[in-house]
Amino acid sequence: MYDVVIVGAGVIGCAVARELSKYQLSVCVVERESDVCEGTSKANSAIIHAGFDCVPGTLKAKLNVRGSKLLPELSKLLDFEFKNNGAFVLCFDKEQIGGLEELCERGKANGVDGVRVISGDEARAMEPALTDDVVAALYAPTSGIVCPFGMTIALAENAVKNGVEFRLSTEVKGIKKTDGSFTVLTEKGELEARIVINAAGVYADKIHSMVSNEKLSIIPRRGEYMLLDKDAGCLVSHTIFQQPTKMGKGILVTPTVHGNLLLGPTADDIEDKEDTATTRQGLDKVRQMAGLSVKGIPFNKTITGFAGLRAVGDTHDFIIGECKDCKGFIDVAGIESPGLSSAPAIGEYVAEIVGSIITLEKKETFYAVRKGITRMAELNPEEKNRMIARDPAYGTIVCRCEGITEGEIKEAVERPLGATTLDGVKRRTRAGMGRCQAGFCSPKTMAVIAEKLGIGIGDVKKNGCYESEVGEDA
Amino acid sequence: MREFELVIIGGGPAGMAAAIAAKENGIDDIVILERDTQLGGILNQCIHNGFGLHTFKEELTGPEYAERYAAKVYELGIHFELGAMVMDISKDKEITVISRTHGAETIRAKAIVLAMGCRERPRGALGIPGFRPQGVYTAGTAQKLVNCEGVIPGKEVVILGSGDIGLIMARRMTLEGAKVKAVVELAPYSSGLKRNIVQCLDDYGIPLMLSHTVVDIKGKRKLEGVFVAAVDEKNRPIEGTEEYFPCDTLLLSCGLIPENELSRSAGVELSPLTNGPTVDESLETSIEGVFACGNVLHVHDLVDFVSEEASRAGKNAADYIKGKPASPGVPLDVKPGNGVRYTVPSRLYTESADDGVHIRFRVTGVFKGASIVVSSGDNELLRRKGRIFVPSEMLDVVVKKENLELASGEIEVRIEEASV
Amino acid sequence: MIRELTCIGCPMGCSLTVEVENGEAVSVSGNTCKIGENYAKSEISAPTRVVTTTVISRQGIPVPVKTAGNVPKEKIFEVVSLIKNAKLSLPVRLGDVILPDVAGTGVDVKATKTVG
Repeated sequence: MYDVVIVGAGVIGCAVARELSKYQLSVCVVERESDVCEGTSKANSAIIHAGFDCVPGTLKAKLNVRGSKLLPELSKLLDFEFKNNGAFVLCFDKEQIGGLEELCERGKANGVDGVRVISGDEARAMEPALTDDVVAALYAPTSGIVCPFGMTIALAENAVKNGVEFRLSTEVKGIKKTDGSFTVLTEKGELEARIVINAAGVYADKIHSMVSNEKLSIIPRRGEYMLLDKDAGCLVSHTIFQQPTKMGKGILVTPTVHGNLLLGPTADDIEDKEDTATTRQGLDKVRQMAGLSVKGIPFNKTITGFAGLRAVGDTHDFIIGECKDCKGFIDVAGIESPGLSSAPAIGEYVAEIVGSIITLEKKETFYAVRKGITRMAELNPEEKNRMIARDPAYGTIVCRCEGITEGEIKEAVERPLGATTLDGVKRRTRAGMGRCQAGFCSPKTMAVIAEKLGIGIGDVKKNGCYESEVGEDA
Repeated sequence: MREFELVIIGGGPAGMAAAIAAKENGIDDIVILERDTQLGGILNQCIHNGFGLHTFKEELTGPEYAERYAAKVYELGIHFELGAMVMDISKDKEITVISRTHGAETIRAKAIVLAMGCRERPRGALGIPGFRPQGVYTAGTAQKLVNCEGVIPGKEVVILGSGDIGLIMARRMTLEGAKVKAVVELAPYSSGLKRNIVQCLDDYGIPLMLSHTVVDIKGKRKLEGVFVAAVDEKNRPIEGTEEYFPCDTLLLSCGLIPENELSRSAGVELSPLTNGPTVDESLETSIEGVFACGNVLHVHDLVDFVSEEASRAGKNAADYIKGKPASPGVPLDVKPGNGVRYTVPSRLYTESADDGVHIRFRVTGVFKGASIVVSSGDNELLRRKGRIFVPSEMLDVVVKKENLELASGEIEVRIEEASV
Repeated sequence: MIRELTCIGCPMGCSLTVEVENGEAVSVSGNTCKIGENYAKSEISAPTRVVTTTVISRQGIPVPVKTAGNVPKEKIFEVVSLIKNAKLSLPVRLGDVILPDVAGTGVDVKATKTVG
């Protein structure tokens, strides 16, 4: 019997797990995919929003502002990449400046530090690539960017270190409520739990309906993105939003923590919760809209396009709380933007709810610090040589675009919750995420994974589970 | 800090030929830095034949061609280091390199030959929408998997792009038992050699769909199929022409890009036309003592031309090290004119030029019965009629020294089309 | 019988129309030069190819090989299949005969790379 079973190992499930691992609880995270960070958490804008966008008084406002304040410290503790780069919201129409002022007031009401409205010229002085059409901008100095994989994996690994169990490649098929506890039915057997936390992203409605008659619907809203080469990453230093208008929320242009340029997202409500395909129309729209904000975007430096699904609830706010008709079942649903920014605060908030159901006692020893995978490219020559002396694999560059060594890839597969696929290695080390998009490094990375898993090179997968594959073939 | 007179970056066909030429021209203190575990570069995975007709007057496979040069490198006692990845080159010719054996170190060079080769254009750069499943590879990655790892990526294959690697892989996959359903080419003509179309596609009944492209990729985890559509004259897909091809493998053979990250870090001037360094007739880049050759300079279709070019780069680097004085005067710009996409070199010193100066270039389209003309002002330096010029074949002309003396201002290379 | 071929003699790629009688080309049209005619004649009477592929060694490492000369085009798949089933152990030297007289063609299959 677990005290808590968390359904979903996205950034929310992992943040909740990590927070709960501070207490004397037995916690298990179940995830249908073969890795953490496989859904919305892996395909989003990677922005830590300042919090000016949310309606004051909402959970979004409260948790976003709290989350963004926790992030800088958390990123140091858990060794993931975060940068406080500041953001602009651009206004292209003098008539709409009032809207910016409103946004600014909202930000102040939410407790966001330093937000102010500046002129188009001031904005261009700070960010020269902005187009001449910009008439004014909201400046939010506390906005930041993060590596969403790095953050989710860091939270998960730290949770493991503090005793949380992860069951990957394990889809939840049903949940039965019995007296004072739950039976979680999975494709790999049953789990007993006193409390179940629903952090299933776009499938939160499905998980919810396994125990509740209350209505909860989650619509997948697809966002398409384009990622440009690092050559283009220095075009802007801030995150550039467009003022929301009747025409929509606009397209952002931002550097990533790794120095690429990210454009997007579109926003299309769709039906299929698996449809993460990009479309010609979507990518065209990204190109066209991004060009309104920033001059001279070198679209020919595009290295990849991708799409993610945001889990949009019907309340315009996060849906977090104990289910009214099913005590002990906690929904953490509708975590659309600013979900990533809010994640650490959502962790705290959910822990409070758990604490209202069962007594929480702090552990004597909680390991708050987690060390990430070695990043050879960031070490000085002496440090590099120390690593190579310890293991010559750190002297073999596998991914030449990102300068990732065999040693780093070995770490990625050997850690707890280690990578088992090419995509898993990519998200942990960036091997294959550069301009050649894994053209050169795939065979070598596959060899490292194959050796670790004891399988043939040809059997190594780009993504997904190995077990289900066996089932398919059988 | 280790120092070498000549550091050659890359041990493929270009690097090996440059090293051999430098050694034969009196330079002993050479190192070839090769990132792979063997010399030969991309030739090691090109197991098909057709290499070496110009150089050795016989048809060799890629590994055979590589081994002949490697044997020469061993015979001449040229020092090379494997598994050595160059991370950075400074403006002062200090080379940061990382390897198992020497760790992270900085090497100082008197002269450098850039011979890093090229890489394939990935899917993202092509902007193909759809899912990102397993089963989409560049043709070269698939070639490496099949020929060097013994891994066959799939059984039902569509190939986008009719570059030579794509054509070669169409045959290779067929011989490995896969069904290649189509080779899809955006342009109205193939970018591969005629011979490859006949011997890799026609021999096996593989259809070549010109003026078509892949417009959607299906399959969330594993590739399930692709939609192919016809394109109009502006390369835009024509609605209503989509055709679905179930497949588990999509290979991309859509162009090669010279790999110049290191050149950029060194501050070498790059040409937007070739994506390679700009060089003069000695293949010297904008930085004194830094030379470039092979696919890092401009993408070649024949390795024989790579070897020849690299030999010149190696010899010129040797001359530089031995203190040959800098070329006198101001170089003349060499400009691509009508029908010419780029030229290598893009500048040349007429006085220091050897007896003949090679100008290599590619044409922008298919020209039949046209002439190559090299001129400067009103002076014609060279004229050569040809039956046909195609973009897939790099052209090479040699302008004689005595004709170069007529040049002033700038030199233009153009195609004069046959009057109809 | 009429056969359509594409000449591979040069980048022109002339479309050749060949009249075939008893397996021999009796007339060739569409060619621009003599190369096209010669190509058509040999391609019709006895089309041949050099075959290249790999043999997976007992150590699991592929060894690239080729037929040391041309083999009849219609035997390509038979040749490839025989090569696939060949057994070899490393080390292998460039030029080593992997399979003599493959498929009765009189042509040997040789390693094209020194491996191991």
